[in-house]
Amino acid sequence: MYKITRSPWVMHYDGSSCNGCDIEVLACLTPVYDAERFGIINTGDPMQADILLITGSINTQNAPVVKQIYSQMSDPKVVVAVGVCACTGGVFKDCYNILGGADQVIPVDVYVPGCAARPQAIIDGIVKGIGVFQERLEKLENGTLKQEEKEDTEEKKEED
Amino acid sequence: MAKRSVIPYGPQHPVLPEPIHLDLVLEDEKVVEAIPSIGFIHRGLEKLTEKRDFNQMAYVAERICGICSFGHGYGYCETVEHIMGIEVPARANYLRTIWFELSRLHSHLLWAGLMADAFGFENLFYQCWRVREKVLDCIELTTGGRVIFSVNKVGGVIKDITPEMQKAILDTMDYVEKETKILKKTFMNDYSVQSRMKGVGVLTKEQAHALGCAGPFARASGIATDMRMRGYAAYGELDMEPIISNDGDCYGRCEVRIGEIFQSIDLIRQAIGKIPEGEIAAVVKGNPDGEYFMRIEQPRGEADYYVRGNGTPNLDRMRVRTPTFANLAGLCETLKGADYADIGILVVTIDPCISCTER
Amino acid sequence: MNATEGKNEIIPIAPAELPIRAMEMKNKGYRLSQACAAWLKKEKKLELSYSFVDDDTYDIFSLRISLEDAERDTEIASISEIFSYASFYENEMRELFGANIKYIGMDLQNKLYRIQEETPFVPKKEEA
Repeated sequence: MYKITRSPWVMHYDGSSCNGCDIEVLACLTPVYDAERFGIINTGDPMQADILLITGSINTQNAPVVKQIYSQMSDPKVVVAVGVCACTGGVFKDCYNILGGADQVIPVDVYVPGCAARPQAIIDGIVKGIGVFQERLEKLENGTLKQEEKEDTEEKKEED
Repeated sequence: MAKRSVIPYGPQHPVLPEPIHLDLVLEDEKVVEAIPSIGFIHRGLEKLTEKRDFNQMAYVAERICGICSFGHGYGYCETVEHIMGIEVPARANYLRTIWFELSRLHSHLLWAGLMADAFGFENLFYQCWRVREKVLDCIELTTGGRVIFSVNKVGGVIKDITPEMQKAILDTMDYVEKETKILKKTFMNDYSVQSRMKGVGVLTKEQAHALGCAGPFARASGIATDMRMRGYAAYGELDMEPIISNDGDCYGRCEVRIGEIFQSIDLIRQAIGKIPEGEIAAVVKGNPDGEYFMRIEQPRGEADYYVRGNGTPNLDRMRVRTPTFANLAGLCETLKGADYADIGILVVTIDPCISCTER
Repeated sequence: MNATEGKNEIIPIAPAELPIRAMEMKNKGYRLSQACAAWLKKEKKLELSYSFVDDDTYDIFSLRISLEDAERDTEIASISEIFSYASFYENEMRELFGANIKYIGMDLQNKLYRIQEETPFVPKKEEA
């Protein structure tokens, strides 16, 4: 289990982005930037993914899709928001159909800014995500991960 | 009658980077009907005209889509310039043409890669994207951005291409031409590639016209329409002919797009050879008042722009009809009767840009 | 290269005229390039434009229907029987602008974009 951070599988979902960040995510995986040297493999199956790369902001229609994909991923899982739209809503923040950044519906661990985010920044974000993933993994193994999540949700309830 | 089943396709799908949802009605392995449902990326950015003035809208327009970003910015600016009667300097027109063709190059190479990925030829996918990175380097050198480069403004452009940059672009074009010739051999002659593309998703000329298809999708069916022939920007002073194919299948569409890669290289060389000296932007005074319909040729096909100004900085309406929106009807037609295994290829073959479509 | 700029005309028509004018365009071999609606804030008018293009000469003719605020609900017959792909545009116009287009071939019942806000591009009707 320990070596899993040497080969995290990423899954990419396009929220309501303009494609700019999506093609940069793909560019990361192709020879020039070659994220595969970190063992990162792109997968289309949420059940096998460790890191979710989400680009673009959340709108009313894709919110349930994003939630479902997140719930299908197995623990531990990390979410990286790629691009300014996924962070806050960006240039589209004022649009009528936009709810905001990805953190409106799922917990986000790493924010990668940029419009469009550069491949270097995206790789940096994924590598940061791997760090978070390692921590979660350790917590999962000594059984404190679920507990922490519970505390998180309780805190949120209190805030509400 | 065979039993019918409905299979949902997307929105999250390994072949497509973008969310589109299709309900496929299948009879055994054959698709009987495909019902698209869109709206996963609908942002409603046309409504932003109320909150942004017409100069700021140029940047919003560029973010309609990250792949055809330059085209959208250009189309919007050109439409506003028409309404305001601004004469754009000749040099700016040439610069716009060069950038437009560079973005077409990167878009077509991107498509070629995704196509290769769709039929499972990973190596070819990587090769296409390796060549594409060289084009992106050119764009980065001249504008500072990679995919969204925001060099258009109402009245002209904000950056110039110096002679050194022009030389770098020409050198890259030589490299891209050489590499694309090798890629072309694989796409056009490889046995297994042909077996996935030949005769798949045939759309006849009559069908393409009756369904209102645009761009390379229509040209592959033999309709010789290319908005660049209208001679906007500097296209009027450059030599070009629309590239068409009469096959109407996936192979024909691939042939057209690869032909356009070489055409774009040729246009960039011509434009750099002819570029005049002078200003790169005109002075803009006042607010747009009036309306205009403008059509330009995006990498994916004909795009319509409509701007309605009312004399205030905030426009009444900015409307963009993007090529994929026009091609949706054609896509649904080609999907009918296709094998289930070919769906991925057929969807990629229209070069879908969903964020364009839904705005 | 000889640039062919092409004609660019806007032809005002009455709402009832639309199907016959569209048929005329179809017979000339034109293609529906786009259809869009616009809300004019100052004049308080809803405008529908149907653009038809000739692929050989690059001409563009836009049929324009103008509706005053009071007659915004005027029924407009869909042209999707004539141009099948007009359904997409007409669904869009109805969903975003509330244009009262009837008999759309592929009627999506205001579910093209599935937005929560109703007709976001036009101001809400005042309660009578």
